Amino acid sequence: MNTESGKPLIEVVDLEKDYPTGAGVFQALRGVSLSIAAGEFVAIMGASGSGKSTFMNLLGCLDRPTRGSYHLDGKDVSKMSSDQLAALRNREIGFVFQGFNLLPKLTALDNVALPLMYAGMGREARRQQAQATLDRVGLGERSHHTPLQLSGGQQQRVAIARALATRPRIIFADEPTGNLDSETSRQVMGFFSQLNREEAITLVLVTHEADIADYARRRIRFQDGRVVEDVTTEADAT
Amino acid sequence: MIIASLFETAWHALTTHRMRSFLTMLGMMIGVAAVILMLAIGQGAQAMVRGAIESMGSNLFIIMSGATTSGGARVAMGSAPTLTFADADAIRDLPDIVAAAPMLPGSAQLIYAGLNWSTSVFGSTPDYVIVRNWLMASGGFFSEADVRSGARVAVIGQVVARELFGDEDPIGKIIRIRQAPFEVIGVLAAKGQSLDGRDQDDLVVVPISSAQQKIFSSSLRNRARFIMAQAVSEKSMDAAESAINELLRNRHRIGVGQDDDFTVRNLTAIAETAASTTRVMSLLLGAIAAISLVVGGIGIMNIMLVSVTERTREIGIRMAIGARRRDVLWQFLIEALTLSLIGCAIGLALGIGGAWLVERLAGLPVAVTPASVLMAVGVSFLIGVFFGFYPARRAAGLDPIDALRSQ
Repeated sequence: MNTESGKPLIEVVDLEKDYPTGAGVFQALRGVSLSIAAGEFVAIMGASGSGKSTFMNLLGCLDRPTRGSYHLDGKDVSKMSSDQLAALRNREIGFVFQGFNLLPKLTALDNVALPLMYAGMGREARRQQAQATLDRVGLGERSHHTPLQLSGGQQQRVAIARALATRPRIIFADEPTGNLDSETSRQVMGFFSQLNREEAITLVLVTHEADIADYARRRIRFQDGRVVEDVTTEADAT
Repeated sequence: MIIASLFETAWHALTTHRMRSFLTMLGMMIGVAAVILMLAIGQGAQAMVRGAIESMGSNLFIIMSGATTSGGARVAMGSAPTLTFADADAIRDLPDIVAAAPMLPGSAQLIYAGLNWSTSVFGSTPDYVIVRNWLMASGGFFSEADVRSGARVAVIGQVVARELFGDEDPIGKIIRIRQAPFEVIGVLAAKGQSLDGRDQDDLVVVPISSAQQKIFSSSLRNRARFIMAQAVSEKSMDAAESAINELLRNRHRIGVGQDDDFTVRNLTAIAETAASTTRVMSLLLGAIAAISLVVGGIGIMNIMLVSVTERTREIGIRMAIGARRRDVLWQFLIEALTLSLIGCAIGLALGIGGAWLVERLAGLPVAVTPASVLMAVGVSFLIGVFFGFYPARRAAGLDPIDALRSQ
């Protein structure tokens, strides 16, 4: 399964997640084992209810598994406190969501600087770093606009800048192009590919669109809480 | 630490909802203003009473002619003066007594150069200014020799000086008291209102012998309606009181089982009762105002709970990008605290301004003390923490995934 050389960055074994419901227990994940190496670009696919979002929440340290183990960079995440998980999300992980999830009252700059605040960085330093990150995504000129003053594509780029601000090793993107038109989707995916290629950032992308998944070199398909397909294409899809 | 950033975040959150923040603070503002104002009025009243007590003279006894009861039947006090000048001298010689002044009170019309003024006239001795702790504004008080010779000299209060003389200097002028001419030799310093609301500066004091013979034409010689006596210190008040009782019972030859023909009253104790009454009133006012502070705090909690519910998604986003639970807790706690402290600051300004208005418009004495300001600030802080904690804990306890999913 491990296509790249070196030690896996993400390694899950027999991962299960149960949700209590009115009718009993819903098993969202029924034993998932896989590993992802540093620098991979992975697309996680599946219909809604297949368990792909639950899986991404677990990988993103937003949630804890019911059973099974998850090692991130060799550390057992399932045994960590909520503060340690918060620190991991802050420094090692960046999130990009379908609905952008920017804070509407803050400027682009303040949105990007927010994770740096939780990292304990001083006001001036984080503004500088946030500005530099916005420059990287090509929105340096718009740093003082609020999200409502930006287009969908620009908002998603601000969200990407926020995910990149603390220089994480992994970015989880949950349907990042779901709210964008095809042209803007292409730009955003192009930028993700570039990040993965040039900066070796590990990318985990959740999508149900095949053409978006084609940007990734490895595609994992979920169905009923299990992995039913795990394909790696050697050729670069971009 | 990121506390400074959290204050910035709180400020931002509060300024984006200006109207709501203002309405939330309103309860706090009114509460603090009410506390400040009520305490100011209460403490003003206390200060006034304290001033009146001090002007009365300290460690003061008043010994009146006649008993409060006689054989079970109430006797009009002082109807037959039983106290003599010699009683006053004997009381003064007691070890615990500093001074004792026999008093002959009455009222009379004063005339000076076509102006007239009705006022209280007191016949007394030089001990009067000692027991009343009274200073002279100009001139001097009469002497023991004046009392012995029945000199026609008078010392007048500020009100009398103003009414009869205006800007003129009263010293050396001759006034008529019930037609009898008296020379003004001194003017007493201003004392203001007494505890029972009378103007203490509206009086004339003359030697007791002159009052008896020239003004009241009393047939009872060497008699005093009452005697004012001052003890050496507050501690010796009790000893002095029993010494006076014993002395007068001996001098008046009152046997065991017989009723006294005099009454000793501890004026300072009576004044202390008045002072403690105002203290209780002041506390009561403050307590009622404090209730509105608590109501203001509950208002803050309400809005913070609404705010946490409304901003669930924001909380989820913050948690996803690395906010720890305590960061979220602090964020909302600091917001509540900022609300209550700004509300407190505005309330302070309103309360102090209100106290000033009360003083100017209603003429009530007010006193805004540093202690009451400190108390208001301290209580607002505690209320901010107390009522901000529950909503903040609720925010911090949210599940990141649920919070992110909420709309």
